[in-house]
Amino acid sequence: MIEIVSESKCIQCNLCVSVCPTNVFDRVDGNIPVIARQDDCQTCFMCELYCPVDALYVAPDAEASVIAAEDDLESRGLIGSYREKIGWGPGRTPITKHPLMLAGNN
Amino acid sequence: MGIEQSQAAVSLEADVLVIGGGPSGVWAALSAANEGARVVLADKGFCGSSGATAPSGTGVWYVQPDAQLRYEAKMSRYEMGGRLAEDSWMNRVLDKAFERMHNLADWGYPFPVDETGKQVVRGLQGPEYMKLMRKLALKAKVKILDHSPALELLADDHGVGGARGVRTQSGEPWEVRAGAVVIATGGCAFLSKALGCNVLTGDGYLLAAEAGAEMSGMEFSNAYAISPSFSSVTKTAYYRYASFYYEDGTIVEGAGSQRGRSVIARNLLQGRQVYARLDQAPEDIIPRLRVGQTNFFLPFDRHGIDPFKDLFPVTLRLEGTVRGTGGIHIVDENCATIVPGLYAAGDAATRELICGGFTGGGSHNAAWAMSSGSFSGRGAAEYALALGVNATNRNLRGLSSTPLVDRGAASHAAKTAERVQEIKDVTHPYDRNLFRTESVLDDSLNRLDALWKDIRETPVARDGQAYKARESAAMTATTRWMYHSAKRRTETRGMHKRVDYPALDAGQRFRLISSGLDDIKVRTAKVAEEVVLV
Repeated sequence: MIEIVSESKCIQCNLCVSVCPTNVFDRVDGNIPVIARQDDCQTCFMCELYCPVDALYVAPDAEASVIAAEDDLESRGLIGSYREKIGWGPGRTPITKHPLMLAGNN
Repeated sequence: MGIEQSQAAVSLEADVLVIGGGPSGVWAALSAANEGARVVLADKGFCGSSGATAPSGTGVWYVQPDAQLRYEAKMSRYEMGGRLAEDSWMNRVLDKAFERMHNLADWGYPFPVDETGKQVVRGLQGPEYMKLMRKLALKAKVKILDHSPALELLADDHGVGGARGVRTQSGEPWEVRAGAVVIATGGCAFLSKALGCNVLTGDGYLLAAEAGAEMSGMEFSNAYAISPSFSSVTKTAYYRYASFYYEDGTIVEGAGSQRGRSVIARNLLQGRQVYARLDQAPEDIIPRLRVGQTNFFLPFDRHGIDPFKDLFPVTLRLEGTVRGTGGIHIVDENCATIVPGLYAAGDAATRELICGGFTGGGSHNAAWAMSSGSFSGRGAAEYALALGVNATNRNLRGLSSTPLVDRGAASHAAKTAERVQEIKDVTHPYDRNLFRTESVLDDSLNRLDALWKDIRETPVARDGQAYKARESAAMTATTRWMYHSAKRRTETRGMHKRVDYPALDAGQRFRLISSGLDDIKVRTAKVAEEVVLV
């Protein structure tokens, strides 16, 4: 489930508020968005993928909220790791163009 | 009763309204716009991230137009599907999906290129695919309403004429009057947290049924996907490389991804945890697997698990009619329903026509979304544009079967949560849905009758949370069509497993058409083609 909206990284673009299909976030005037309805999170990772500054972290646990420490995740290279693998963001190539894709999906 | 005046903050007129913004909905919108129709697309979440496709990678039933290859493709699920697919539909879908995949290449999907610099059409990565689809819709001047669940359809004596709902983020009512409506709301996975599926609660089935539409094949609604037990990632393709173990490291005999899911389910039912490890994957293909389905590895990487070397606990998550094949009954090549002006596309429509009673998951559903979206969008546009002057000044009324009352009325949020739990309790358990018997189906149906009666009598306030109460109504109605159909089909065919009738009965090669809200009716219908693919 969504666990972190980084205060230090979030630029208040509120894109996550828009793209979350289950409306988990609430916009807050003059501040970063809040995780208002964590129980509605379906762990689809889409908010994290769309965040342009890697300010979000979705823990892989779908059934329960787990404590996630931002600095620890950062040091393990996990924050922003999905967006990097998908190849979204400046200077990156979408993974869909990866030469190994030529071999097919399986 | 006179013409209801719209109180909606967002009040629009269109030729075609598409409800649902996954792939089939956007293909419908694009196809309708291509016919010159004014199109509005309303999604419960966000068109681009909503639904089962966006967060996934998906294969596509994309087959070169070569007679032998096409024949093999059509036969691949024909027997497993209980001979309920139809040759003519499979041909149409293969043709249209092939065309659409090349459209995607031309319109900007970043397919890989071979050594000659030529684009090679492959399976689709959901995030990239749906980001492009949204862009294409906006470019085609489709008006997109995000976070705008439909609460009810509008209709008059001539047929369907739009829908209305409440926007979840602003609480504003919305209303769209349209000559035709395409239901593209996906299937129903009963809030099981299968990847991207929690928005798929059968909403469109209920909307369609309230207008008088029928369902088909709702007994094919017990698809379950393997996932790590802690995770939402229900991508099962790679489990073909898995071995399954008990906690002590001994192998679970007969367990497997394709035909051995029942073995896993029976162990889980007995309280025995099953573990998996992808130890049958040859070392040299691992890099290719990692690229092919990035999201499959995400939960493992974040937990420090190497799925090729480490055991991890697995579960089976209900995917209902998302990977099942039941859905709204369509009656012509435009994916029309029996209700004038109402069309169905994607997982909201039955997929028996191309995969019978076997799963539509992995490639078939993706091809179906492209093709049924295209057929329905075009059909809806032609219908709406032919209405001409009759399209305006219609005396439309709301069709909700649950009373919708003004906002500010008593909130029933706690009651809705209770109902959702009851729905999960009658749909998720393997011994109720995966393995079916008459006595348990009867027990579930009794509980569902009580639930439906309760829902039917409880008013829903038109506020930003109203859609949740309507979801519980939709899931309840969906389960009643499922279990009535499952009870009627006294055999085992496709994914429908009757423990008390474990064999296929050649005399039951027919479709089951279910309908009704308070009283559920199930009738048989002939499969259109007697002889297929001789």
